[in-house]
Amino acid sequence: MAKKESTFLNMLITLVVISLVSATALGYVYELTKEPIELAKQNKNLEAVIQVVPEFDNDLNASKFQLATSDGDTLESYVAKKGDSIVGTAVKTFSNKGFSGEVWLMVGFTPDGSIYNISILEHQETPGLGTKMSDPSFKDQFNNKNPETFKLRVKKDGGDVDAITAATVSSRAFCDAVERAHKAFMGSVDGTTSATASSQASSKDTVEDANKDLTKGGDQ
Amino acid sequence: MNFKQNLTKGFFKENAVFVLLLGLCPTLAVSNSAINGLGMGLATTFVLMSSNMAISLVKNLIPDKVRIPSFIVIIATFVTLVDLTMSAYLPSLHAALGIYIPLIVVNCIILARAEAFASKNTVFDSMIDGISMGLGFAMALTILGTIRELLGAGSIFGINVPIYPVDESGNPVTTLIFILAPGAFMVLGYVIAIINRIRKA
Repeated sequence: MAKKESTFLNMLITLVVISLVSATALGYVYELTKEPIELAKQNKNLEAVIQVVPEFDNDLNASKFQLATSDGDTLESYVAKKGDSIVGTAVKTFSNKGFSGEVWLMVGFTPDGSIYNISILEHQETPGLGTKMSDPSFKDQFNNKNPETFKLRVKKDGGDVDAITAATVSSRAFCDAVERAHKAFMGSVDGTTSATASSQASSKDTVEDANKDLTKGGDQ
Repeated sequence: MNFKQNLTKGFFKENAVFVLLLGLCPTLAVSNSAINGLGMGLATTFVLMSSNMAISLVKNLIPDKVRIPSFIVIIATFVTLVDLTMSAYLPSLHAALGIYIPLIVVNCIILARAEAFASKNTVFDSMIDGISMGLGFAMALTILGTIRELLGAGSIFGINVPIYPVDESGNPVTTLIFILAPGAFMVLGYVIAIINRIRKA
């Protein structure tokens, strides 16, 4: 077959046809892989959650909720329950203070607010230096610590965290992410406690009102 | 050029990385471990083979003046297919290769083969050419990745090789620079020198 001439019409038709075929193929494959991609992402999150909370028996996907942070952002979090009691909450958190790009962590809290375990989801820190944040020697120092008493700053900044040698920036980002999760988590706990407290208060009011009524009734 | 020559040229005689020095950006960037190198190499092989076949199939339908844009659209389509498929079924490898998968589009080997080979030869020859050049590229990346991982992390394909002494917490004391960017240049330089020596002998 002879080569097509480079006339305007030929070029136009060629490019249109090629783009159409490509777009169709891509659209088809996109639809086809959409679900597995979603699933892979979810599984990655869930695997991390399983690592960072104590043993549980509820459906994590059903317990997923959005945790609001003080700066108006939301963090994805999962509640782990054993029977009816909450054994832990996993918060997916991040920091922008990393050496290159965002650092994503999954932090597990026990109901009293101390850290149960931490798992690293995603980061682009320097291989061999910042990547050491996933070494147990660094990340396990947070386990069973309560950030109320354990200051989430590297020692250089006056905190309690042993930074990774030659990767202070990555260590700071790690602390920042954990602190963000802790603040959001405590915020939600405070929120519920104050909500319960106010409902208790209002019920107390009702009781007092009722008592008053009773007294009034007694007076009458 | 006969079939055998066509099949074997990509590995040694016209190896994209060691001899033609094409596609060095992804080569230097992702060869920090053997598995990353192999994964990147195989993804490139698939794209190279598919785009070579598609281009030699439509070569007579494409007017000369728009052949480069047409080739790029075809290549980009295959790359996006690989990108989507990998993130669906091999999420961990996809995360490790990151930005370099979409960048296969602008890998010069692929456009070079499309322009220099696929647009002048039959579909079958182009497929063989794609496989040969692609596997040659994969081989080069795996060699570099293996050397860098061995020297920089003391392991091969993630399996520990005790060539380094260990510190008090049991981690090997490694020559980190080989995993970092400068190590890529050093290892590539030495490997090219060795290959050139062999070629001249």
